[in-house]
Amino acid sequence: MRVETDMTIFNAAELKKNLLSDLGDCSALEVDLSQVSEIDTSGFQLLFMIKREAVLRNKDFKIASHSPATAAVIDLYNMSDYFKG
Amino acid sequence: MEVDLVRQTFRVESSELLEEMEKSLLRMENSPDDTDAINALFRAAHTIKGSSGIVGIETVERFTHVVESVLDKVRGEEIRVTGDLIEVLLKCRDHIGNLVDLAMGDKSPGPAMQAEGQALHDELSKYLKGGDKKSPAGEATARATEDKSEFMTECGRKVKSGNWHISLRFAPTVLQDGMDPISFINYLSRLGEIVSLITLTDSMPPAAEMDPEICYFGFEIEFRSDFDKKTIDDVFEFVREDSKIHILPPKSSIASYIELIHNLPEDPLKLGEILVKGGALTKSELEEFLQQQEEDARPIGEILVNECIVHPEVVDAAVAKQTQAREVKAQEAKTIRVDTGKLDQLVTLVGELVIANATIDQQALRLKDGDLIESASAMARLVEEIREKAMQVRMVPINEIFSRFQRVVRDICHNTGKDIELVINGGETEVDKTVVEKISDPLMHLVRNAADHGIELPDARVSKGKSAKGVVTLNAFNDAGSIVIEVSDDGSGLSRDRILKKAIERGLVTQNQALSDSELFRLIFEPGFSTAEQVTKLSGRGVGMDVVKRNIEALRGTVDVESSESVGTTVRIRLPLTLAIIDGFMVGVGESSYIIPQDMVVECIELSEADRQAEGSRNYVNLRGEVLPYIRLRDVFDERSDLPTYENIVVVRYAGRQMGMVVDELHGEVQAVIKSLGRFYRAIEGLSGATILGDGTVALILDVPKLIQSVEKTSVYR
Repeated sequence: MRVETDMTIFNAAELKKNLLSDLGDCSALEVDLSQVSEIDTSGFQLLFMIKREAVLRNKDFKIASHSPATAAVIDLYNMSDYFKG
Repeated sequence: MEVDLVRQTFRVESSELLEEMEKSLLRMENSPDDTDAINALFRAAHTIKGSSGIVGIETVERFTHVVESVLDKVRGEEIRVTGDLIEVLLKCRDHIGNLVDLAMGDKSPGPAMQAEGQALHDELSKYLKGGDKKSPAGEATARATEDKSEFMTECGRKVKSGNWHISLRFAPTVLQDGMDPISFINYLSRLGEIVSLITLTDSMPPAAEMDPEICYFGFEIEFRSDFDKKTIDDVFEFVREDSKIHILPPKSSIASYIELIHNLPEDPLKLGEILVKGGALTKSELEEFLQQQEEDARPIGEILVNECIVHPEVVDAAVAKQTQAREVKAQEAKTIRVDTGKLDQLVTLVGELVIANATIDQQALRLKDGDLIESASAMARLVEEIREKAMQVRMVPINEIFSRFQRVVRDICHNTGKDIELVINGGETEVDKTVVEKISDPLMHLVRNAADHGIELPDARVSKGKSAKGVVTLNAFNDAGSIVIEVSDDGSGLSRDRILKKAIERGLVTQNQALSDSELFRLIFEPGFSTAEQVTKLSGRGVGMDVVKRNIEALRGTVDVESSESVGTTVRIRLPLTLAIIDGFMVGVGESSYIIPQDMVVECIELSEADRQAEGSRNYVNLRGEVLPYIRLRDVFDERSDLPTYENIVVVRYAGRQMGMVVDELHGEVQAVIKSLGRFYRAIEGLSGATILGDGTVALILDVPKLIQSVEKTSVYR
């Protein structure tokens, strides 16, 4: 799955729906964030939520690639370990 | 450039703080239990230490640190306020001032200074040690005071970590409110270094229930910063209301961490681990805490009291500190610091504006265009208002310098064994900033003289039937466009005979010259004239009064002395309110225009034909039964044009004396921007400056005090 919009509070609800339905449709989800030019805490919470959900459902989840914005947020929140592997 | 600016600010700030320290110390001397003064003193020392650390002046930081430690104990009532302590602290305050001055000149203290600093430190350490025995928390505080980064002593054990601990639980709606934790954390990282940050994700519900617009995350941050608590607090200003934000300063007590853990929604055990992981607590510190938890399953409140976290005093202190911080902030918001250079520029420009406006006025009148005249006069009104406001901006209350003299008088008392009270009246009187700066030294000298020479020793006073305590009074008030400052004492007064003897010795007067009191006393302003029999450490070396007089005259002011033997002496200084623009009354003599400062003009009368006829035999007129001496400006300035048909007398008054000036024409009020005269004209008596008129011509501004004096001289010596 490739996220081509910003990941901010303005589209968080929609994004949540998409992420969850994508996760439901497959056995392994790979997210490409390289096109995300803006991400805020709500966007980051969604990433966390989907990763946690994937683990719960025994599915693989992986962030295939980062944009500078997403990498910075994950760094800031000191969560890169969580999203690894 | 930036760095210079910071240092500059530090210099200004520290001098204000040092003054604050001095004021508080003097207040404490009178009322040792004045907690406001003690707190103010501590705050001042603390701020000096903090800001010197920021600008990197280590000498000041190190020295002030010890002072602060002592003050902290004074605040905690572990050290009693005694005269000796105040004496030492006053010296420390002076030492800090010297260190700051040196540092500003990029010099390091010489051996003498270092020795002085060491001696003061030694004295202070006596107090620090003494405090231990009395206080139950002595050990802890002593340890705390040794630590540089410590600034608030709480009881209980301290954690080892030197970082701030910040615990953030934002309001769930923070995102909807348009704010983002990211930006707060980013901002925080500008104030220091985020050593570690742990994101707490536990409170996020399962995916189905999770609302993507709610903030679920919490953060535990280890933060290293030199800023104070308030600055760090302020980062979260906008979210504080609904969010749970805990900020623990470095080296907080373990107890305060316990409190933190209990205040947070997460499981205490997990939190404890997080704190260890982040480095806030060490493993053993956590274990100690857990063990205690098991031992006593008492309610947390009790634990806290036993750990003496909620010591009522500490709470009180914290609350007081917060309100004070808020008050100070409110005050800060009301004033801004402006470079005086900028103000000077503003005043100069306003001056030019006044002149330009006068030109427009004249043009309008010449063109006889009604509309133009009306707009010109509207503008004139505004310009006048601007002028007044601009002058007001430069006005400061004279108390700024008066309060400094408390210290001077106190030191003299200590050195001489005298008992002197300094009484200040009219400290709120406002004067131009430049005047205040320049009058400070002369006043200092006069106060010293009054206390050192004027006031007698207590025994001598009692034997004269006076009270043992002498009084030096500083009095300031506005009078006819000038400010009057009086320095009076109820001491021995000036001795007529001694001054006369000395004056004859020095050949200033001849043996059989009859002098009035005021003429005689004015002799003490002659260079090298001192009648003090003993030269003391403080004054009486014969330099001074002449310098005082010169300084005051440079400000276009005057000084005179009143004294009566064994009753006291009053030195009265009169200064113009401002140095730049005056309201003037313009007169014409022959071809020239002259300006008399408006506030000295009393009235204008016509010089009657009879008086003109009598001229030569007398130069005074009968003004409603009073003798009014007059001078002819025509003669004074050597105007050679023909005598007009009518002449007028402008009656002027200065310092209680009246005089008439005979002029040809009366032109009326003008605003005059004072331009100083060139070097060649400065020697001419009776002129204080010049101004440029609307039509571009120059008018001379009369120095009325000088002219009045010259009249008196002639009348005396005739």
